[in-house]
Amino acid sequence: MKTSISRRDFLKGSLAAGFTIALSLTPSGFQLLNASDKKDLDTFKPNVWLQVTSDDWVTIAIGNSEMGQGVHTAQSMIIADELEADWKKVRVIQGGVADGFKSPLLKSQITVGSGSIRGFYEPLRKAGAAGRAVFLKAAAETWGVPEGECTAMLGKISHVKTKRTLSYGQLCAKAAKMDIPKDPPLKDPKEFRYMGKPMPRVDIPIKVAGKAVFGTDVDLKDLHHAVIARPPAYGARVLTYDAQGAEKVPGVVKVFQIPQGIAVCATSTAAALKGREVLKITWDKGTLPDMDNPSIEKTMMADLDRPGAKVIGIGDAQKALSEASLKLEQTYYVPFVAHATMEPMNCTAHVQGDRCEIWAPIQAQTVTQGLTAKIFGFAPEKVQVHTTYLGCGLGRRARPDFVFEAVGISKALGKPVKLLWTREDDIKYDAYRSAMTHRIQAGLDGQGRISGWNHKTACVSILKGINPAAIKNGVDYYCLWGLWDEDNSPHWNDRIQYEIPNLYIELNLTDLPIPVTPWRSVQNGPNAFPIECFIDELALKAGKDPLAFRLQNLQNNKRAKRVLETVAEKSGWGKPLPKGMGRGVAQHACFGTWVAQVAELSVDAKSGRVKVHRVVAAVDCGPVINPDPLVAQIEGAIIMALSTTLKEEVRFAKGGVASANFEDYNLLRMDETPEIEVHIVPSTDRIGGIGEPGVPPLAPAVANAFFNATGVRIRRIPLTPARVVEALKKG
Amino acid sequence: MISLNVNGKKFKVEVPPDTPLLWVIRDNLKLMGTKYGCGIGECGTCTVLINGKAARSCTIPVEQAKGKKIVTIEGIPEDHPVKKAWIKEQVVQCGYCQPGVILQVTALMAESPKPDAAKIIGKMNDIICRCGSYPRIKKGIKTAVQISRKEGQKT
Repeated sequence: MKTSISRRDFLKGSLAAGFTIALSLTPSGFQLLNASDKKDLDTFKPNVWLQVTSDDWVTIAIGNSEMGQGVHTAQSMIIADELEADWKKVRVIQGGVADGFKSPLLKSQITVGSGSIRGFYEPLRKAGAAGRAVFLKAAAETWGVPEGECTAMLGKISHVKTKRTLSYGQLCAKAAKMDIPKDPPLKDPKEFRYMGKPMPRVDIPIKVAGKAVFGTDVDLKDLHHAVIARPPAYGARVLTYDAQGAEKVPGVVKVFQIPQGIAVCATSTAAALKGREVLKITWDKGTLPDMDNPSIEKTMMADLDRPGAKVIGIGDAQKALSEASLKLEQTYYVPFVAHATMEPMNCTAHVQGDRCEIWAPIQAQTVTQGLTAKIFGFAPEKVQVHTTYLGCGLGRRARPDFVFEAVGISKALGKPVKLLWTREDDIKYDAYRSAMTHRIQAGLDGQGRISGWNHKTACVSILKGINPAAIKNGVDYYCLWGLWDEDNSPHWNDRIQYEIPNLYIELNLTDLPIPVTPWRSVQNGPNAFPIECFIDELALKAGKDPLAFRLQNLQNNKRAKRVLETVAEKSGWGKPLPKGMGRGVAQHACFGTWVAQVAELSVDAKSGRVKVHRVVAAVDCGPVINPDPLVAQIEGAIIMALSTTLKEEVRFAKGGVASANFEDYNLLRMDETPEIEVHIVPSTDRIGGIGEPGVPPLAPAVANAFFNATGVRIRRIPLTPARVVEALKKG
Repeated sequence: MISLNVNGKKFKVEVPPDTPLLWVIRDNLKLMGTKYGCGIGECGTCTVLINGKAARSCTIPVEQAKGKKIVTIEGIPEDHPVKKAWIKEQVVQCGYCQPGVILQVTALMAESPKPDAAKIIGKMNDIICRCGSYPRIKKGIKTAVQISRKEGQKT
C-alpha cells in the first residue's frame, strides 16, 4: 500500500510525465499519468474513485482533502472493503476536481461539516461493491460457471469447485468492457474486512519522513515568492508607499498595489519579506478606527437588547416562563478566536494566458475552481486545481481568499508565484470564529422539567461571506448551529437536544467589519457553551444532580442519554474527588454525532491558574470506520477546545487586529494538556461525522467543573488567570 | 558564498548573511521537510539540529550556522527509533509540525535517553501542535525510548 503526495511524486506528476499521480479536470475525475513502464497496463475504472490495473494494483483517488483527520485512509478502507481488495496492493492518491467527488450531502467537492464519511459512506460502499460485482461476473463468464459459485477475496475471484482463481488484474481487460451496476449487493457488516478495525493511516509514513508535500512545499521552475503588506485596520486604504525602496532590496523583482494591499514579489521568501519591511506604507484610518475588544463586547451585548429576527417559536415560551415555578436568566459571551493552523495560508499559482494552474492546501475544490474562473474570467475547465496535503484545515481553508490573491499576483507578474501568509498575516487577517452573546431565560415545572426556554443571541453573519442569499429574514443558520437549524439540514441534528415544550429563539446579526468563517464545529461551540452552562445552573436551581437533570430532560433522546450514561460510568461520576478538585459534565450533538464529556480540574485561587487534569469523552457516531484516527480526532478537538476555553481571544485595537503571533495569541501546549480518555459507544444508528463534534462539550464541561470546584459560575471564556482571579474575588 | 553542512553534505549558497537559516534550507537547498510556522522561534515547527542540539532555524541567521553540523528531518534515517515510534503510535495528524517535533524529540533523547515526564514536558513545551497530538507525542517518546533501548542504538 502506498500513498501520495510525496514531493517527488507531486512534481513529477504535475510537471512531467512520470510517477503515477492523480491529476484533475477530466470529467471522470482523475487521470493517471503513467510512467513508461505502465503504458501497456489494462485498466478497469468503474467510477471516479477506483482504478484497477493489470499489475494487480488498486488505485483509489480521494476527492476530500487530507488534513490529518485520516480521510484518505477511511474512505479508501470503505472502497477496498467492499471491493474485497488486498490492502497491500492498494495505493491512495489525492484526486483532482470532479463532479463525481461532490458530496451528495453538501453538493460540492468540499471537506467541511464533518461530512466526508457521513456523506460518502453509501456511495463509497457502492463504488467498491460495483467493482467486486463486475469482477465476479467477468470471472464467471470467463469460466462459463454460474456467478453464484464464484467468490471474491483479497483481490481475487475463485471458483472453489474447479479450484480456479483469477486476480483482479487479470480480469481488468474484460471488466473494462462490462456494464457497471448502479446498485450492487453490499456486504453484510459482519463480513467487513477493514471497516471498524484500526488501520494505520496511509499518509503517516510520508509525513514522518518529511516528504509530504504541503502547500508551502510546492516548487516550480522559475517560481517567484510573494508576500502582501495588508492594512492595519479594517477598510484602511493605502495612501502612499515606497515601491522603489522595496525594489532595491536584492532579490525583489516587483512591487505593486492589489486590492488587498501591496504585493512584494521576489526570487526568494527572505527577499520578499525584507522588501515588505521597507515599503513605508501610510494608510488611512479604516472603517471603524475606534474598534477594540471592549467596544466589540459592548456592541454584541447591546444586540441582545434590540429586536432580532425570529428563528423559531414552539408553543408559548413567554406564557410558560410566566407560569414556571422556578425561573432563571443569564447572559454569556464567547470571544473571537483564530484558526491558527500550523501551516499558514499559502498558494502557488501560475497564470498563463487563458489558463491557470493552482497548487494549494484547500478544503473547497469546487468553490476554489469556480470562483477563480469567475473572478479572473477563465473558463472553469482552464482552472486546474491541485490539492496538496493541508497543514490543518479547521474550516479556514474552505475560504479561498489566499488562492485568489496568488492568482492575481501571478497574473500581474506573469510568473509562477508562491504566496505566503506569514504567521502575523495568518492571525491578523484570519476570518475568525465569530464571537457570540447569549441571553437565556428558562423556567422549570414542579417536576424539574424545562417548561419554557427563551433564547436571544447575537453573532456576526457567517453566511454573508459564504452564501449571502441563504440568509432568510435575518436568520443565518450557521450562527445558530447547536441551538437550531433549518428542516432537512445536511448538517444533521444541530439543534438543542433538550425536550422543551415552549421554545423561542431570536437572532441579531451583529454589524462589525470583522471577517468570520466556520471554525471547527462552526458555532456549535459558542452555542453549546451557554446552553450547557445554563443547564447546569437550572439543575442547581431544581436541586438536581447535573447529570440526572440532563437525563431527565433528554428522556426520549436515546443517543444523548447513551453518551451521558457512558461518560458518567467511565469518569466515575458521583464518586468523591480529592479536595480542591471539581468535576463538570456537558453533552452536545452536531453533524450527526453525540458527544458527552466530563472534565476534572483544580483552580489555584492565588494565581488564577486552572489546571484541567482529566477529560473523559463518550462518542456515539454510529458505525465506526477507523477507530484510532477517530480517537485522535476527539483528543485533538478536546485540546483545541481547551485552548479556546483557557487561553484564546483575538485582541483588537484601533479598528484592526492587535494579536499577531504565538507570543501574544497563545495556544495550548503540552504542559496544559489533560489526560484524555475517549470511549466509543457501540452503535448501529446513522453514521455521523467525527472531525468536529468533540469540540462543543469541552468549554461548558470545564466551566461546570470550575463551579463544582469553586462555587463560582463562569459565563465568559477564556478562563485566563486574570479573569479567574477577578471572578473568584466577585464570588 | 556561505558553506553549509547539512545532513552530512556540503552546500555553498549565495545569500545575504542575515538570511534566516530556515529559508536557505527551504528555498536554496530545497529541503522542504523543515517548515515555517511563526518566524519568531515560538512554535518549533522549523526545528533542526545544529551540532546535535535542537534549534529554531527561523531565527538563526545562516551565517551563524556556517561550519556547524545541521540535520533536518531528511537527515534522520527512516529506521531511527523516533521515526519508527511515530509510525507505530500514529502520532501524526496533519503532520505539518511533526518534522520539528521529531527533531526536538531526537535532541531530547540524545540528551537524556530515558527522559522523565517533567523533562519531556519541559522540552516539548517549546513546540505547538494545533491538531493536539500532544498525548500521542508523549506516547511516541515512550515507545521511541523502548525501541532505542531494544536496539541499543544511539539516538
